[in-house]
Amino acid sequence: MMTGLIKIELYKIFKKWRTYIGFIAIGLLVAIIQTAMVFEGQKSLDFMTRNLQDSFLFVGNLLNGFFISYLILNMLAVHIPFLITLVAGDLLAGESTAGTYRILLTRPVSRMQVLTSKFIAGNIYTFSLILWLAIVSLGIGAILFGFGELIVIKSSTVIIFDRNDVLWRFLLAYGFAALGMSVVCSLAFFFSSLVENAIGPIVATMAVIIVFVIVSAINIEIFSSIKPYLFTNYILSWRLIFSDPINTSKLLNAVLILLGHIVLLYGVTAFIFKRKDILS
Amino acid sequence: MNTEEKIIEIKGLTKKFKDVKAVDELSLNVYKGDIFGFLGPNGAGKSTTIRMLLTLIRPNAGNIKLFGKNLNKERALILRDVGAIVEKPDFYNYLSAYKNLEILGRISGKEVSSNRIMEILETVGLKERRTSKVKTYSHGMKQRLGIAQALMHDPDLIILDEPTTGLDPQGMKEIRDLIIHLRDEKNKTIFLSSHLLSEVEQIANRMIIINKGKTVVEGYVQDLLNSTELKVTFEVDDLDSAKQLINQSRWDNKVESFSNNKLIFNLSSEEIAKLNKYFVDNDISVSAVIPTRSLEEYFLKITVDKV
Repeated sequence: MMTGLIKIELYKIFKKWRTYIGFIAIGLLVAIIQTAMVFEGQKSLDFMTRNLQDSFLFVGNLLNGFFISYLILNMLAVHIPFLITLVAGDLLAGESTAGTYRILLTRPVSRMQVLTSKFIAGNIYTFSLILWLAIVSLGIGAILFGFGELIVIKSSTVIIFDRNDVLWRFLLAYGFAALGMSVVCSLAFFFSSLVENAIGPIVATMAVIIVFVIVSAINIEIFSSIKPYLFTNYILSWRLIFSDPINTSKLLNAVLILLGHIVLLYGVTAFIFKRKDILS
Repeated sequence: MNTEEKIIEIKGLTKKFKDVKAVDELSLNVYKGDIFGFLGPNGAGKSTTIRMLLTLIRPNAGNIKLFGKNLNKERALILRDVGAIVEKPDFYNYLSAYKNLEILGRISGKEVSSNRIMEILETVGLKERRTSKVKTYSHGMKQRLGIAQALMHDPDLIILDEPTTGLDPQGMKEIRDLIIHLRDEKNKTIFLSSHLLSEVEQIANRMIIINKGKTVVEGYVQDLLNSTELKVTFEVDDLDSAKQLINQSRWDNKVESFSNNKLIFNLSSEEIAKLNKYFVDNDISVSAVIPTRSLEEYFLKITVDKV
């Protein structure tokens, strides 16, 4: 029954036009950035490495598909959550708005089955969005720039990864990014269970993300105790994968915290949804 | 038609929204083969009761049994044999009628083949428009699709919440005929919610009237409609002569009021003809005789009071 329900939920998601906004936006965004990099990429790379050029001699193809994909992945925290909430915020609230709970929840399937299938379908959409990002970033990057060594510049270090040592890191990073975005999906899903229109969950989720990001960025003592609990602090932890050696305990900690958020948000949503009176 | 097998058994059902009791200790029984009219004005608690019957709303108190099974404990098993329309018919507007039914069929707990979907679409007159998106449907077409989704998995109990709302007279008649056909030919039990006494009167064998969440009256439709005296209005050409005639006769104690050439009496159905003959025999012209059943009058009153 669950597989059937998930298929139905996926069918409903992918029959809505709004679902494709995310894919179109990511496709356009990546294409625009890659095209701009064709013309201005070398200048940008020179600017980023300006402080190092006195000490190091850079040779080879550093402006390549890996480098561009790394830059694009850095934009994840800003843009993709909004695209995810468009769909995840509608998963429960959309049924309420349309009045279709009345035909869905009067069938011999339990509320938990309906809720779980929607949650899984929402996460499949989220993962597919990240997969699409990976395909267009690496795909277009390979076509326009080819692949080569990846230069990663951090505040105090510069790391150059051999081209054969990069792809697995990207795969792992996209996987981690998907986990981070799954928290966003779970948050929008939670808000979606509280209201009867999809706008509320979108606005509420983005508001939470913006507030958390701002709180994380402010170096005030009072915030330091709550920062470890803000999921936004861990969404960009995929960057740890582009270190040598990788700080696995820190990475694992981030994975566990994000998973904890997903489980907690799903649990609270289930608690609310199971007791909810359907009045729409 | 009906047997003593209880299909719906509700005891002491109560639902409060904050401080307002939408349903107040409601109890009723629906037997196999009944077309059970569930009557009440808007806001009487009909839809809340139906939502509790279908587990959309959790009651604060009371017990619901369907097919002799406790709804709380055996929900999934019970709902396999229930088809329902709850209030207005809403569907996934971005999908076709066929696709809506296909999706709902998959989760109905029974095998619903594509042939069955086509058959039910034909029954409700939507076969030709099956591939059109529901957002292009009129209200009447959505109502028919609502009936299709309620019937497609061949349930034993069909709960219909105002199924003729928004339909034209021909559509209303078709739905009424379909309901009777389902009971007579398919041996289904129908729970029919309506705010129209005339609608229930035409097709139901048993009924309940509720108001403010409470039972007003319950029983066999014919018994309820015939057991009480009729309120009968006689329109006459000469009110003064008619009053004088009545005051001197045995009909005097049957009069309720006089006004504007109208005399209103409380009469049994047999007495109407006798009184009419009495007027005619005494040269009082009667231009109209309008009987109103007290149940109907009561129902109209509570309906009007709510508007």
